[in-house]
Amino acid sequence: MPITNALTTTIERVSILDEHGNFDEKLGKGLIPDADLLKLYETMVTCRMMDEVAFKLQRSGRMGTYPQNMGQEANSLGAAYALNNDDWLVTCYRENCGLMWRGVPIDSILLHWMGDERGNAMPRPHHATPIAVPIGTQMLHATGLAWAAKYRGEKRISCTFFGDGATSEGDFHEACNFAANLDIPVIFFCQNNFWAISVPGRIQCSAPTVAQRGIAYGMPCLQVDGNDLFAVVYGMRKAIEHARTTGKPYFIEGVTYRLGDHTTADDARRYRDQAEVDAWKARDPITRLRNYMTKKGIWSDAKDAALREAAEASCMATIERCEQVEPPVRGDVFNYTFADLPADLVTQRETGHTHSLGQDPSQLPSASTTR
Amino acid sequence: MANLTLVQAINLALIQEMEKDDRVILLGEDVGANGGVFRVTEGLQKRFGANRVVDTPLAESGIIGTSIGLAMAGLRPVPEIQFEGFLGPAYDQLCSHAARMRTRTRGAFTVPMTVRVPVGGGIHAPELHSDSPEAFYAHQPGLKVVMPSGPYDAKGLLISALRDPDPVIFFEPKRIYRAIREEVPEDEYTIPIGKARVVCEGTDLTVVSWGASVIQCMQAIEACGRSVELIDLRTIYPMDMETVEASVSKTGRCVIVHEAPRTCGVGSEVATQIMEKCFLHLEAPVQRVTGFDTIMPYYKLELEYLPDAARIQRGIEDCLAY
Repeated sequence: MPITNALTTTIERVSILDEHGNFDEKLGKGLIPDADLLKLYETMVTCRMMDEVAFKLQRSGRMGTYPQNMGQEANSLGAAYALNNDDWLVTCYRENCGLMWRGVPIDSILLHWMGDERGNAMPRPHHATPIAVPIGTQMLHATGLAWAAKYRGEKRISCTFFGDGATSEGDFHEACNFAANLDIPVIFFCQNNFWAISVPGRIQCSAPTVAQRGIAYGMPCLQVDGNDLFAVVYGMRKAIEHARTTGKPYFIEGVTYRLGDHTTADDARRYRDQAEVDAWKARDPITRLRNYMTKKGIWSDAKDAALREAAEASCMATIERCEQVEPPVRGDVFNYTFADLPADLVTQRETGHTHSLGQDPSQLPSASTTR
Repeated sequence: MANLTLVQAINLALIQEMEKDDRVILLGEDVGANGGVFRVTEGLQKRFGANRVVDTPLAESGIIGTSIGLAMAGLRPVPEIQFEGFLGPAYDQLCSHAARMRTRTRGAFTVPMTVRVPVGGGIHAPELHSDSPEAFYAHQPGLKVVMPSGPYDAKGLLISALRDPDPVIFFEPKRIYRAIREEVPEDEYTIPIGKARVVCEGTDLTVVSWGASVIQCMQAIEACGRSVELIDLRTIYPMDMETVEASVSKTGRCVIVHEAPRTCGVGSEVATQIMEKCFLHLEAPVQRVTGFDTIMPYYKLELEYLPDAARIQRGIEDCLAY
């Protein structure tokens, strides 16, 4: 019997505004109105400024470990722009730009990194989940959230973000598998930034693309230049159309680069070449967009300087607000363990400071030796 | 009022709650078309539809992780993990997320999920189908752990679990799935999570146990012919130490019985709390009759491992003789 083809497929790659300033009129015309473009650019600059300010704060001991978003702004921003405001945004921790566009107060994110759980109390209307620390685990939550929407007959979808490193984790595969086989509208958006702390992308995925991971689950897959806001928006619109009309998942890879360290606790100079970093600096999404808008006549150096100044001021105001936040109360260690605290936990809360843990006050001698 | 097995009582509880609350969805391997490998969810997919009783891919982390998402969106998912031995892959989602979501988000997101898991040995099953891992989950703050010992308690506890705003692991002792029948009211009733039950009263010694071992305890107590009070914890966390404390303060002696391995088993927590709360009332050290600190054997040696009535009786008599 002749050997037949069980499957043939290709992975398309979309680029609209490249690093040299070439703009594909056919794909890009009308994609993002100028008025929106200005607001989007403003958000990117504010996000970048926040990274710079947060870095300084960490180095001066005013903030804990902080992961910078530098270089990756277009991925989450383009996605958030294309989605509806009540589609679920299930991020990991390098999607500040998208969250800012969605309207999540940057205070929330900073409070998280300042060691304050109150930063995770994301208000429901934003439909954004809190920062996810264990790698690759949040995609299952995104799948469940979209599943609930489908169960209720809502048109809401989920878009979940993760890095190339996360595609090594089992939960990533389980999430794709669930979404694909049970028909759940999830957009799986991989921010391939080539580094998982110090481990290069080829250790996580040695295939020619990360996008092709989706083929294994029968999902449509697309690769976009993640530093090209237009390409991200174009790709996301295809993904959203697919997810909303068919109720099935879509896999999109936004190829980008982590310009900064993994977090402020890392020093990338230990494991990667400056030449590589410099090459990607030339592909910076912010620079690219600024040059495009300037060439188009809707932006200028003067406007850019003014924006940077305003962004710095707003970031400093944010920092001040976050640093002025009243300290959390001790009871909060206990109070959210359950909706109703069991009696023993109440005892622990009431006696933890004045007695050794768990000790029933009625059993103790009258003198207490602790403060 | 009907005489129901544990399987039937759980099935009935699920039917009644699913009729009342359309946020309740069942999901897991083989729970739908097959009605569950123990037939606990028999007939439910036909009755409620395939979008409410869902056969999932073979992936425990996936089952629990998507359930967490369903719960975060405000539904009441009831995932099943087919055997307790397969909780392993789901441990991360349970302990890193389900248990933490309320604390992490200061209540903005919560996980009202009930995880159903057949537990324990004695059914001649293959490896990893006979374990008792309740201690792992009792030790994780943010999770509630429940284990009924019979049909009546199971129905009432399960309804409470389904209505609980927080994640509950509902262990179903599989060796008594069909072994006993009890009168189970058709009418709705709940048994509160966190409340133990005094199975029989006595004056000389207290036995504390849970799950299928309660049956062996009753046999041992009858055989020893002494006045022994038996407490079925029913909830492992949050544990009802008030009932245990009242009993041991009265009897002065205690034997704790569980299938799970000895070291760091829940028995050590009960024993410590008895020591803390009843110290001056104790006439003898608290005894534990438990599984050994070994891997649960395959079924040829299964009965060597499980605490049987004779071993429990020896424990009671040793404690009484102290």
